[in-house]
Amino acid sequence: METVNLTENQKKSRRGRNVALAVVLFALVVLFYVITLVKFTGGIAG
Amino acid sequence: MAVIEHFEAESGAGEIALSEATARDFFELLKPRVMSLVVFTALAGLVVAPGTINPVLGLIAILCIAVGAGASGALNMWYDADIDAVMSRTARRPIPAGRIRPEEALAFGLTLSVFSVVILGLAVNWLSAGLLAFTIFFYAVVYTMWLKRSTPQNIVIGGAAGAFPPMIGWACVTGGVSIESVVLFLITFLWTPAHFWALALFKMRDYDAVGVPMLPNVAGEATTKVQILAYAVLTAAIAVVPTFLGFASLGYGVFAAVLGAGFVWYSLGVLFMPEGDRAMVPAKKLFAFSILYLFAIFSGLMLDHLVAAFGWVS
Repeated sequence: METVNLTENQKKSRRGRNVALAVVLFALVVLFYVITLVKFTGGIAG
Repeated sequence: MAVIEHFEAESGAGEIALSEATARDFFELLKPRVMSLVVFTALAGLVVAPGTINPVLGLIAILCIAVGAGASGALNMWYDADIDAVMSRTARRPIPAGRIRPEEALAFGLTLSVFSVVILGLAVNWLSAGLLAFTIFFYAVVYTMWLKRSTPQNIVIGGAAGAFPPMIGWACVTGGVSIESVVLFLITFLWTPAHFWALALFKMRDYDAVGVPMLPNVAGEATTKVQILAYAVLTAAIAVVPTFLGFASLGYGVFAAVLGAGFVWYSLGVLFMPEGDRAMVPAKKLFAFSILYLFAIFSGLMLDHLVAAFGWVS
């Protein structure tokens, strides 16, 4: 049984895409946290 | 880990080509230069609108509008990859250059479209989210898939997609659409034909090669030059309307009138450009000035509003 053999270029670009995706996911978590915070404090202040 | 017997994953050569696309290639799909104009005009809509928005939500709104605009750019590149490959201006884009596969671009564009609209709706309001969704649909479907290849008026009607961002910015703050936001829309809407046809004049042969019916190819140089002038005059006129409607000062009105005179002046240069001129220097000058013009008009509106709001001059 053999696995898919990735070329060096494919490995490098996949790693780059994974890092970018991780950054975007983390940014989304922060974004939703900030939105929640602003909405709640706005609601309390209002 | 995929388990496949005797398979060598050589990109392009094997039965299954594995992607070599980088994050940078995906970023390029978003048309960052177009995005900068969208961000700027959307920001102008946010700033000029009456009322206030939480600055953090304002930033999130700008981010969503930028990503939505980028998503429509990716969808445009997915659909237009066949003609992009032929034109010198677009041949190095990620899909025709073979760095990103079409289905990757399609998935990327659709995902970003959904995320940008939903987040704008949840964070700010659903009217602005609806306008953003309509803008993406208008650019990707109405302009790219339908108008672009079927009528020489493609960019006149399609220009609406690029003109919506200040209206979305306005809707983020006010939760509505008003005559003032329609005027902001009209400034970019009427500016687009003169801006784009100046480019089309000196890239005419490119558009001819791929059969896209741009006005210079269909109606000829002379008609295009007259229409450029007509739209430049209309743009110059609409750009002073904020002063008459009372949401910009007389100072802004004078500034917009001077800039408008410049826009018309450069358009006259194009009008008197000799037929068949290969260098087309006046058209290139008009194209460059048109970008400066739009940035200056929206900068002027924002500055004018901030001066009035913070009382920097009495």
